[in-house]
Amino acid sequence: MRRAGGQGVAAQALKAKKKVAANVVNFLRMTVEAKISIFSAYENIELAEKMLFEVARAKVNEEDLYWAAMALREALANAIKHGNKLNPEKRVFVTIQLEEGQELRMIVEDEGEGFDPGRLSDPRSPENLLKDSGRGVFYIRHFMDEVSFDRSASGGTKVELRKKLARRSA
Amino acid sequence: MKGSFRDVQGVRVLDLSGKITIGAGDVELRRLVEEALAAGKTNILVNLKDVTHIDSSGIGELVACFTTVKRRGRSMKLVNLPPKINDILQVTQLITVFDVFDNEAEALQSFQA
Repeated sequence: MRRAGGQGVAAQALKAKKKVAANVVNFLRMTVEAKISIFSAYENIELAEKMLFEVARAKVNEEDLYWAAMALREALANAIKHGNKLNPEKRVFVTIQLEEGQELRMIVEDEGEGFDPGRLSDPRSPENLLKDSGRGVFYIRHFMDEVSFDRSASGGTKVELRKKLARRSA
Repeated sequence: MKGSFRDVQGVRVLDLSGKITIGAGDVELRRLVEEALAAGKTNILVNLKDVTHIDSSGIGELVACFTTVKRRGRSMKLVNLPPKINDILQVTQLITVFDVFDNEAEALQSFQA
């Protein structure tokens, strides 16, 4: 006769395994990913923004989505202008990942020369306050929860933007 | 962005609506301000009531217009900032740079002083 305790451990292990599997399935079911690549023209910013809205509308609250879209616009403008230097043949690659109720991630990669975010100065300092540029990355950091810069596959800039989402009540 | 203008009590009021963003809205804003300067207008009031979005390029253009107008010894003020546009100016502390008014009557009055 098997001991009740042993059976309990096995049953618990099975239960834990099932829970992990359920979590993975749940994660996949709750995560949406969309990708688009655009040529370097400002009017194409609208296309990428539309994709964000398609993915996130009704799943992200209006306020979060507004600021995320503004951050995406800034990142795209930087990729087109400073990264790809408005070269119409160069592309910008955009990935949107939405984990419902958890996090919105947006990745923007350009085909430029790469840049050092450490060289950016504070647009609020008196000597910069009246400049007509230099606020984009500052705004991105303000609109999002986490922003990281890396090298893209082609040696350009890859910026990843993350925003924590409020869990939506059903 | 859509932009139009009115002349009220000698003040050139620019009514802007929609997106003041890179490549379109920012260019239109500059055009309207340059037109006002060319027409010899001393006082310019930018009405942001129906502006839904402004990005860093739009903000940059707003600042550039402001400094251009000021350098020429003229005056440019802002009125009717929607809450989100106000936030955007607040974050970069530009709200301290511009003269901002809650309503047009007050803003127009301020030019007479």
